[in-house]
Amino acid sequence: MASGEASAVEVAQAHLDRIASDDGTLHAFLRVDADGALASARAIDARRVAGEPLGPLAGVPLALKDVVVTKGLETTSGSKILAGWIPPYDATITTRIKNAGIVILGKTNMDEFAMGSSTENSGFGPSHNPWDLDRVPGGSSGGSSAAVAGSLAPLGIGTDTGGSIRQPAAVTGLVGHKPTYGGVSRYGLIAFSSSLDQAGPFGRTVLDTALLHEAIGGHDRADSTSIPAPVPPVVAAARAGAGGDLTGLRVGVVRELGGLGFADGYEPGVLSRVSETVELMAGLGAEIVEVSCPHFGYALAAYYLIAPSEASSNLARFDAVRYGLRVGDDGVRGLDEVMALTRQAGFGPEVKRRIMIGTYALSSGYYEAYYGQAQKVRTLISRDFAAAFEAADVLVSPSTPTVAFRLGARTDDPLAMYAADLCTLPASLAGTPAISVPCGLSEGLPVGLQIMAPALADDRCYRVAAAVESTLDARRGHPLLQEVPLR
Amino acid sequence: MTSTSQVTVDEVLARYDPVIGLETHVELGTLSKMFCGCPTEFGAEPNTQTCPVCLGLPGALPVVNVKSIESTIRIGLALNCTIASWCRFARKNYFYPDMPKDFQISQYDEPLCTDGYLDVLVDGEPFRVEIERVHLEEDTGKSLHVGGATGRIHGADHSLVDYNRAGIPLVEIVTKPIAGTGGRAPAVARAYVTELRELLRGLDVSDVRMEQGSMRCDVNTSLAPKGAAEWGTRTETKNVNSLRSVERAVRSEMIRQSQVLDEGGRIVQETRHFHEDTSSTTSGRSKEEATDYRYFPEPDLVPVAPDPAWVEQLRAALPDSPSIQRVRRQAELGLSDDEMAWLVNSGALQLFADTVAAGASAADARKWWLGDLARRANAEDIELAELAITPAQVAGLARLVAEGRVNDRLARQVLDGVLAGEGDPEQVVVARGLAVVSDTSALDAAVDAAIADNPDVVAKIQNGKVAAVGVLLGSVMKATRGQADAAAVKAMIAQRLGVNL
Repeated sequence: MASGEASAVEVAQAHLDRIASDDGTLHAFLRVDADGALASARAIDARRVAGEPLGPLAGVPLALKDVVVTKGLETTSGSKILAGWIPPYDATITTRIKNAGIVILGKTNMDEFAMGSSTENSGFGPSHNPWDLDRVPGGSSGGSSAAVAGSLAPLGIGTDTGGSIRQPAAVTGLVGHKPTYGGVSRYGLIAFSSSLDQAGPFGRTVLDTALLHEAIGGHDRADSTSIPAPVPPVVAAARAGAGGDLTGLRVGVVRELGGLGFADGYEPGVLSRVSETVELMAGLGAEIVEVSCPHFGYALAAYYLIAPSEASSNLARFDAVRYGLRVGDDGVRGLDEVMALTRQAGFGPEVKRRIMIGTYALSSGYYEAYYGQAQKVRTLISRDFAAAFEAADVLVSPSTPTVAFRLGARTDDPLAMYAADLCTLPASLAGTPAISVPCGLSEGLPVGLQIMAPALADDRCYRVAAAVESTLDARRGHPLLQEVPLR
Repeated sequence: MTSTSQVTVDEVLARYDPVIGLETHVELGTLSKMFCGCPTEFGAEPNTQTCPVCLGLPGALPVVNVKSIESTIRIGLALNCTIASWCRFARKNYFYPDMPKDFQISQYDEPLCTDGYLDVLVDGEPFRVEIERVHLEEDTGKSLHVGGATGRIHGADHSLVDYNRAGIPLVEIVTKPIAGTGGRAPAVARAYVTELRELLRGLDVSDVRMEQGSMRCDVNTSLAPKGAAEWGTRTETKNVNSLRSVERAVRSEMIRQSQVLDEGGRIVQETRHFHEDTSSTTSGRSKEEATDYRYFPEPDLVPVAPDPAWVEQLRAALPDSPSIQRVRRQAELGLSDDEMAWLVNSGALQLFADTVAAGASAADARKWWLGDLARRANAEDIELAELAITPAQVAGLARLVAEGRVNDRLARQVLDGVLAGEGDPEQVVVARGLAVVSDTSALDAAVDAAIADNPDVVAKIQNGKVAAVGVLLGSVMKATRGQADAAAVKAMIAQRLGVNL
């Protein structure tokens, strides 16, 4: 586009055409904003013709997860309770995406209120994995991962509360990064769990992902928990890492995430790809150490108390009074009854389950035993990380214990579904950055390597990921995504 | 409701000891709301002072208004509290349509200020009220229930919600239980609220207008059998929105509870509503089946950790306490101790001072506030502050008298007009045609007519029965509808008849 080979309008139209032909199968998008996309593409083209300086992503299309509020464009967070809601304001990251000249193609499917690991909890039907249409694209940001892996968009935005960027990236062969908590503004993300939610980028390459991170990151006064610091040098790190030199880098392999004695539930193919990649890193000059994080085993339990507790409070506002669905308001029924009927009809079963768990965990007499105890576990997990980062510069693990599972395989077993986040939860609870980068295939399906770094050292994730990516691509002779079956 | 046979407070005290406690909510006078930039002015069109944050729209996040923290710390310091070096906001979760997020951002087990006290005077005796905590929270919106008989949600056709008030910073000041007051419990409650209001006004953190709801009191009352080791079950009376009501709410709850206990009944821990018209309380919701608010630390806000140096700066810059200010004011206003005590207790010291500031002499302010206005308030059983007259209007009335434009009798008619809502004193004079007649030609004619119409009275006066002049005076007054200056008329009659009167 910068060289004039293609206009932003041509690029946007090509992607809109691709969506028109393929999204009936993938169901990555909840709504496509063709008019809006073409209008912003035209504006970028006009600015380019006028000789205005434009950012590196100006004119590049993007798939935006429907949890992100967009002014004038329906936003539902995957829930029927918000169907038809047209926000009167833009999220900070929406504004930053627009300011970077990035073209928003539409809003992508997700598990309702970001609760899930497969998009099967969406109020509007599941998305499909472009690698195998019978399998899930991961979740909760599965619409964005399906869109990017399926070439409906080159870039995607997800949000990650317990793994909702890294896990879908892993199972669709993408790069996906969860920034340090507070590194990207939460203003305008429909809250699931406020102390865990973080928005972040999906890309087909580490560099694309870093460029998008740079565009959306940085301090925002509208979010009190936003870190008042510049975005870490992620783009420079992605470029530097592509040289493939990891000399002097200490890589810690986390025993509790798939290591010896902790391999239950992990697919052998996943563990093989990960250990091969660790060997590859050693070949690039890295020093490999094994680290132990004894409290990681409690992460799942702590997460499933903290996140539902906060969710039970965050989702209280969907009460049929001000916006969204209203059921049973016949002039006879009272307020409480209309509220109950609306929430009964508007929320799906997983959301109701978590609201009930959270309400129970926060209730008087149980608070200390559940929420209080979970917060203590969180502190212990942070201490595990601190100790591990004394011994290693980055930590690695599988991004998820298995490759993409089949649609419907886990819908009747919430605990099996929760296990998809086993590897991603510790970094979520500690608020530390982590990236998932493809490291090969198992039974023809992508495997992701998770690279974790200390808070604010997001650039380390990108540097190491870029080294892994460039070395594997060179060995393979082409990017992994080229192997997505053609339809 | 209380039964028909009323007992007196004295009878209650023969058998029971009261314990009271007060929770006072004060809307801070910050220019913008607590977590967003919306304005806070009272009385705007519904839902015109709102944004995604104070409407709790999906995705919106709060950011703390530093001024609200500063005001709360200043209140805490003025109440001799300890200021927390680190504290957090908490979410108080419950469903209510006037609360946009269906939780209120408040403080729970980590308030900003703790353990203070306020010294008050009760019947001239000092009394120390201990303060448990001072914390900061956001106000809710207001519901309007349309179509029902009671104005309550039950039976209404539909309800409207105004979110202009939602998110206005609200400080809650909670006393420790106040025991050992005996029969002075109602007076202590009133004296505390009165003193607190003066203190807040002096800090300039709120306009503390109870009638507009910017200061609201909840009064807790319990009774225990005399000498009992444990306190009784308390009730919480809400909707207590004047100083007088604070006193009456305590008194009526003491009497009601004593009757329940006398009859062998049990006090239910509950919220009760105070009714200004009957000075009684009725049962609200029971706290025994209370909402579980599921408090937890507000994850959208970072902890508050006031810099100790800043707190010390705020402490150093505090104004004098109300008691010190009162000593100075009493001297400035030339009030006796009794007058001062009366004004303070009736909550009218500020009205008085404002009247002087508006140009009246202290003597005139005293004459009106302690005289006519006090009598009228008493007759109507309301507070001086509730009279429909402003200090500026009282000063205007005093000015009319001082300039000789109305006499005292007319001034009272002007006062009637002002209180009836007919406008400022000047407007009432014009509208009612109450100016003293100083047009000499009109007076001349009236005096001449009185003399011509009453030849026998004139004869009596000229024969030395000077008291008969009253008849002529009355005739002139009647002709001028009372608007003549009596002394001037008398002088004119004396001159015409050639006598000394």
